Amino acid sequence: MSSQFLTLLRRDLAQLFLGGRRGGALLPVLFFLAVAMLYPFAVGPDAPLLGKTGGGMIWVAALLAAILPLDRLIEPDLELGMFDQWALRGISEEWLVTVRMLAHWLSFGPPLMLAAIPASALVGIDGEKLRLVELGLLAGTPGLAALGVMIASITAGLRGGAALGGLLLIPLAVPLIVFGAGSLATGGTSGLALTGAFSLVLLAITPFAAGAAIREGRR
Amino acid sequence: MQECRIAANDLACRRGDRLLFAGLSFALESGQALQLVGSNGIGKSSLIRILAGLMPAYSGTVELAGSVGLVDERPALDPHLPLGKALAFWQRLDGAHDNRAAQLGLSDLMDVPVRYLSTGQKKRAALARLCGQAAPVWLLDEPLNGLDTRGTALVMDMVAEHCREGGIAVLASHQQFELSGMQRVELSAFLPSPSGKGRGWGFNADVVPPPQPLPSGEGLS
Repeated sequence: MSSQFLTLLRRDLAQLFLGGRRGGALLPVLFFLAVAMLYPFAVGPDAPLLGKTGGGMIWVAALLAAILPLDRLIEPDLELGMFDQWALRGISEEWLVTVRMLAHWLSFGPPLMLAAIPASALVGIDGEKLRLVELGLLAGTPGLAALGVMIASITAGLRGGAALGGLLLIPLAVPLIVFGAGSLATGGTSGLALTGAFSLVLLAITPFAAGAAIREGRR
Repeated sequence: MQECRIAANDLACRRGDRLLFAGLSFALESGQALQLVGSNGIGKSSLIRILAGLMPAYSGTVELAGSVGLVDERPALDPHLPLGKALAFWQRLDGAHDNRAAQLGLSDLMDVPVRYLSTGQKKRAALARLCGQAAPVWLLDEPLNGLDTRGTALVMDMVAEHCREGGIAVLASHQQFELSGMQRVELSAFLPSPSGKGRGWGFNADVVPPPQPLPSGEGLS
């Protein structure tokens, strides 16, 4: 079982980090930094205002960056017939989705947390706020990753699935951003705890929802 | 090779609102092979997917003993990876079995990315993946498509050897497949229409009444 897990995880990581033809893990990070860079241009050189709103802007940028990899999470493997071959080998869709969630988070969460450091310099937020942003991203990105895999499974095979996926992700990610960015305003840990709790709910339901969606897609 | 068996009991397949075939039954024991023949769209590929358990049958059941290997039009090999690495992924999942890459003429292609392979070469690669799986029940959907004459002969030999070793093979193919002792099922014989109208396309399941038994001993005088 563990060697099967490692084999699947290794392939998923290679697919998501290097991405073959579809961009890889670098694209969301660059997009995230580009939004952070644009923000001061749009708001103007008002340091107190930037410092006050910059943390929330980082959260919005992270959420938007989460939309970019949606179309290469599930769809390419469905097209290739990989999921059918795995099913014939008795590997359940729930298990495959769990592995993919982990791989997707690894290729998306930590790089975004690293990129938040230069982003915080661009929007001029202080160290204490940056600490809260990083903790919030640590609590929230697993939920974003789970949500991404769930939505990618549901929209895989649909025409315009990628655009639809983006539209579906935004409202479902609202609780994450409310509590995650909210922790910046209150400075408390309760917002972080609620972000983490919502992430855990998403992590728990995604394997079943996404697994059912992939099976239903075979009909 | 482990004992294997595959049996279809009164299978019917429905796609959308069309009933493609109904009342299809067969049973294969260890060492037997079956070719499904029929024109395009008659439901050969659907039947293969039903037998593999990937699609539910509209009615009827499939009994299966032994693991299933499937080759269809999708090679299930990562297109950007070199062939050797793409096959190695399945080898790690399936355990180390001989994938007969050399016999299939793939030895020189191991460094070539899968997306640069021709249709026939991809088909050979998919067959190598199948051989490495060591599954007793082979379900092959158009295994000869894109293969040259040498490749065709090779696949026929592989299927014959698989059956000699006690495996089962079900092939969907409209091409002539020479194999001694192979059964053939003509899918058009299982069209649900008594007149055979709409051959190859099925027909609307909702408008066709079930076939009525002929009244016996009355009405004809």
